[in-house]
Amino acid sequence: MTSARTVLGPDEIGRSLTRIAHEILEANHGPDDLVLLGIPTRGAHLAQRLADRLAAITGDDFGARVGTLDVTMHRDDLRGRPTRASAPTRIPAGGVDDRVVVLVDDVLYSGRTIRAAFDALADLGRARIVRLAVLVDRGHRELPIRADFVGKNLPSARSEHVSVLLAEADGQDAVTIEDAAPEATQEDRA
Amino acid sequence: MTHLLTAAMPRDAAIALLDLAEDMHQIQDRQVKKLPALRGRTVVNLFFEDSTRTRSSFEIAGKWLSADVINVSGKGSSASKGESLRDTGLTIAAMGVDGVVVRSGSSGAPALLADWIGRPVVNAGDGTHEHPTQALLDAFALRRRIHGDAARGKGLDGVRVAIVGDIAHSRVARSNALLLPALGAEVTLVGPPAFLPPGAGPTRLGVRATTDLDAVIAERPDALMLLRVQLERQTGAVVPSAAEYITGWSLTDERLARLGDEARIMHPGPMNRGLEISSRAADADASTILEQVTAGVSVRMAVLYSLLASDHPSSADGGSR
Repeated sequence: MTSARTVLGPDEIGRSLTRIAHEILEANHGPDDLVLLGIPTRGAHLAQRLADRLAAITGDDFGARVGTLDVTMHRDDLRGRPTRASAPTRIPAGGVDDRVVVLVDDVLYSGRTIRAAFDALADLGRARIVRLAVLVDRGHRELPIRADFVGKNLPSARSEHVSVLLAEADGQDAVTIEDAAPEATQEDRA
Repeated sequence: MTHLLTAAMPRDAAIALLDLAEDMHQIQDRQVKKLPALRGRTVVNLFFEDSTRTRSSFEIAGKWLSADVINVSGKGSSASKGESLRDTGLTIAAMGVDGVVVRSGSSGAPALLADWIGRPVVNAGDGTHEHPTQALLDAFALRRRIHGDAARGKGLDGVRVAIVGDIAHSRVARSNALLLPALGAEVTLVGPPAFLPPGAGPTRLGVRATTDLDAVIAERPDALMLLRVQLERQTGAVVPSAAEYITGWSLTDERLARLGDEARIMHPGPMNRGLEISSRAADADASTILEQVTAGVSVRMAVLYSLLASDHPSSADGGSR
């Protein structure tokens, strides 16, 4: 039994999110048309934090430009796993048509969650551009998907388990990596 | 959950289903009313009793989840040629369907079918026994009226619901009397003596029963659910006439005034306006009748998803049997 190693602490997570916020503005040449959609659960908290930073940087109100996108019904692994619980989708009042939608998730791993997110998003409207921001990219992609904004690239073995803890859900901010027990290697970072 | 045969389920399982239904409910606001969760699954609506409302609600729910839905009605099917329920069920299962939604006039038919065919079975109403998705949609509509968009995770704690009508023969009343108290609600059953379960005082379901609707209205319940009166089905002298029923147990305009504006008015439909409910009551702002219909699709989506999406549905969620 090995213990979890912390690879990002609260300060580093905060700095990563601030940098990503600036990178989003830089890539978009400003805040126009930006909509942030977090993938529940932790991606939704990260999207809210990014929206707070974007508001602080630009002075714009991002309250009506951040939402959540649940991808449960679009996953490709529903059959093989125990029944998955869903989460709310909250789309900002302006919708996603012709917007620059930044999808936000905590860990990018196989890419399958993001593929499901593309399908979920397409059913809600036609975004002009879709971008992807993640706090951690741990590699091992199974689909041709990459992130536009990455907090930290974290080389990992498939047998390892990467956890993102956020104060909103877990009471603290941290990214940890640990050797998972054999039966837990299929943890839900799909 | 492997089948949905009864509304008797633990509070956590009920809230999980209602929360899932909340997420499904969002599809109502969308242009593309289609989710791919049950793509490639086939659901048979096996209806031995007529029911346009429940059957089309299940059909829409299945289709919005991308399942293929086939309707088999009792009339004109081999059941009317003398085939047994077991053979009908085994025949349908042998075609490779993934789940069966069954409505039957015989209490207990869905439970038998569930044992025989080895596929998930949903009870869409069996005789005078149960109608679990109706109770779930009633709970959903009531919870949403009370809590709005903040309904997720909540029960119906302390909510006082009176159910009025032919309690003894009503599967809707029975399923609600099982589900609503599990969610924390206080249920009172109201009806003419011949329509109440035998024996005075608390019923075997553990809820209060009374013949005095006016006393219940004076208590200002949070919701009043009127059941459809089926006087045409009742024969013999034990049953009151329509006029007698209206005098004692109808939600008339006069009773509506005493009920006040706060109490939600519920009805599982189809309504007999002027018999168990006045038109003014049915169309009042406090009426949740059309919301209940909308909720029916969301709740049935949640049930079909829970039963059919996974090949290995967790048994940890209470497994409603």
